[in-house]
Amino acid sequence: MSTEQVTYGTWKRPLKKTGLVGFLTTVDHKKIGIAYAIGALFFLLVGGVEALIIRLQLMTPENNLISAQTYNQMFTMHGTTMVFLAVMPLSAAFFNFIMPLQVGARDVAFPRLNALGLWCFLAGGIIVNLSWFFQAAPDIGWFGYAPLTARQFDPDIGTDFWIIGLQILGIASLAGSFNFITTILNMRAPGLSMMRLPVFTWMTLVTSFLIILAFPPITIALAELMFDRHFGTHFFDVPGGGKPILWQHLFWIFGHPEVYILILPAMGIISEVLPVFSRKPLFGYPLVVFSGAVIGFLGFAVWSHHMFTTGLGIVATSAFAFLTMLISIPTGVKIFNWIGTLWGGQIRFTTPMLFALGFIWMFMLGGFTGIMHSSPPVDAQQQDSYFVIAHFHYVLIGGSIFALLCGIYFWFPKVTGKLMNDNVGKVFFYTIFIGFNLAFFPMHILGMSGMPRRTHTYKAEMGWNDANFWSTIGALILGLGIAAVVLQVIYSCFKGKPSGENPWDARTLEWETSSPPKEYNFGFTPVINARDQVWENKYGPDEKKMGKIAPGAHGIHMPDQSWWPLVVSIGLFIAGMGVIFHGQPMERLLPFLGQSDISLFHMLVPGLVVTLFGIYMWALEGPGGYHLHPDPEELVGAVEPEEGSGH
Amino acid sequence: MSDAAAHADPLEELKKTNTGVEHKKMAMWAFLASDCMFFGTLISTHLIYRKIYPTVVDPTDIFSIELTGFSSFILLMSSFLMALTVSSAHKKNIKSMRWFLFGTIVFGLIFLGGQVYEFSHFVHHKELTLSSSVFGSTFYVLTGTHGVHVALGVLWLASWLIFSFTKKFNWVHSLDIETAGLYWHFVDIVWIVIFTAVYLVEYL
Repeated sequence: MSTEQVTYGTWKRPLKKTGLVGFLTTVDHKKIGIAYAIGALFFLLVGGVEALIIRLQLMTPENNLISAQTYNQMFTMHGTTMVFLAVMPLSAAFFNFIMPLQVGARDVAFPRLNALGLWCFLAGGIIVNLSWFFQAAPDIGWFGYAPLTARQFDPDIGTDFWIIGLQILGIASLAGSFNFITTILNMRAPGLSMMRLPVFTWMTLVTSFLIILAFPPITIALAELMFDRHFGTHFFDVPGGGKPILWQHLFWIFGHPEVYILILPAMGIISEVLPVFSRKPLFGYPLVVFSGAVIGFLGFAVWSHHMFTTGLGIVATSAFAFLTMLISIPTGVKIFNWIGTLWGGQIRFTTPMLFALGFIWMFMLGGFTGIMHSSPPVDAQQQDSYFVIAHFHYVLIGGSIFALLCGIYFWFPKVTGKLMNDNVGKVFFYTIFIGFNLAFFPMHILGMSGMPRRTHTYKAEMGWNDANFWSTIGALILGLGIAAVVLQVIYSCFKGKPSGENPWDARTLEWETSSPPKEYNFGFTPVINARDQVWENKYGPDEKKMGKIAPGAHGIHMPDQSWWPLVVSIGLFIAGMGVIFHGQPMERLLPFLGQSDISLFHMLVPGLVVTLFGIYMWALEGPGGYHLHPDPEELVGAVEPEEGSGH
Repeated sequence: MSDAAAHADPLEELKKTNTGVEHKKMAMWAFLASDCMFFGTLISTHLIYRKIYPTVVDPTDIFSIELTGFSSFILLMSSFLMALTVSSAHKKNIKSMRWFLFGTIVFGLIFLGGQVYEFSHFVHHKELTLSSSVFGSTFYVLTGTHGVHVALGVLWLASWLIFSFTKKFNWVHSLDIETAGLYWHFVDIVWIVIFTAVYLVEYL
């Protein structure tokens, strides 16, 4: 069978694994994960530069570094970039690279769909940021409250860039999530029951469910807004009878689960790293897993705490306040379990461990201010003040970013087979830690003394000068630290010392394969007999050691590469640009096509045709596949498969 | 695949997952869960504005409940034909599978035709447009989104009908037809909710 290609393609599939073609057509979850990480780190730096411009503007009172209009664009693009283009894709990078290794799979369930996710992420990121080049960056805030987004108040195309960019990013997230759910539920190695699953994989599963259930409301809200702006509907249009409050509800029904989409992968990473460097199993594994699921579940029931000041009525406000306070219970359970993991462990203070410990502390500070916000009267004081800015930067930087950097330091040896210098990493950790606290702790005080959010500048006699000055200094130190980490990652890719398979003496399945893993991940099918399988292989009793099943005479089945995910995302990109520029004069985008206005037939329809063509070609070429034979050395101790057990 | 495996039923091979559900079907179920939220958002939008503006438009003046009732019945019957399609695909009866698939497509097209007629009638004779009122906005975007779902379903099923005449078709594809069937049934079930929440409720 190995020579027979089950494929119906109209032309030959790309076979080259290296170079540009190999990159553009790849379906390997590891390459896709690395591409996600590169894109996310790039956008992290872009969003960081935007943040620094904001901070420089606020460094001194009555500053005029940038205009108020540019300032609005900066904070809008900073928020949008950090949430959708930095933190989410960096989490997705880990989902892609680590999760299939942790479940002992050869790839994800739908390798080409995975590639579509990557290309749509890049297309969406490019569209959102293209707005700068048309002098039309959105200026509506990252949650785009109506009626600020109406044509009447925003006649240019900034909001359209934002709408379409987020829609295409939504396709990327949804495609990825369907894939991860199927992979985790269906493709676990023999013996890897759900309650033996590494916590990071569990959090990938919960996050994926959050994404598939939370993205539809924002997709529909954005579509309704697009109809308002382009086709004269009245969903959020006040003169036509629309209610702007509806936008707030729809946005936050997405927006609050989104907060957990950003933090649950981080919690998963922390739950992997703490046991490794405490040399103990995770304390209370089932509770950590279930509290993660409970957080995901409750995440859908608290959206209105973003809207306490809109006047929802006593019953609704009380209910949402109660449910919000309830979320602190599973979160607290997790934190106590992490502390329990540390308790009595042989702690090694490596760079990933420092980030993990920093995460617990900083995330708790952000959590405490979060509990303060859950009380409506307190929230009414803090709404739209710098106190809120301090709160969510503590959970998003002190939480998500710390954990993602922890994940980078932790898994870098697995991804590249190289080590990052631990002492240098520690210096960068302390730089980030000090810069971060210097930048954001004063914001609590600024908020308490009344400094409003999203203010372009302030009077010198408000008493906010010192805190703002030091906050900017802190932001610069933080920016320096993050940039240094990115440089260290690049440096170590080329110059790092070889790491070997398992430099940390880590516990989960990804450490059982080579570093970097071969394209087929595992030469054998692992048979799992314990939760911390790799640890048990080394130190555990015989009955907990891993079994190995050889691939059999036919070898390992691998998916074929494909052009079509790229083609489909290019089609979506063209179609999206067609909607953004719908009704705009031709010379703004396509000056060679004459003087008329751009209609839907100029770009939207051709873009959709390309998309549809790509989808049909995708379906007709089929998954394809070929067979590989692993190195016999990898199969030492592996048993032959039973007859007829399939791949 | 070894020789023994090559003779095994390939459809049974696909079921050898941790859950016993094939990958494609699992992903389709996840997509349908997601799609519930898409329609849930649209239906909520419609019902919220219906509650805010109970008297601005009287939908019973606009709707032709007999026509929509008829096309709803046709759409439900198409689900019946879809079930028969999947059943004959599992029984490897290519001839009846094609006929039932054809019937499903025709019924889907009748439903779409009813919607096209309904939309153009509302626009030209009842002066209900996207921008005439909030009711027009929510009505057209909600039912239009459902119409796009049906149209994509028809396209998908028609592609399988054509593909079933090619030499490349084999019975492993009955899984794909079953997956398309899941989608088709879901789109029909959503219409029951929309028909109730948008049409029938106005006649209470």
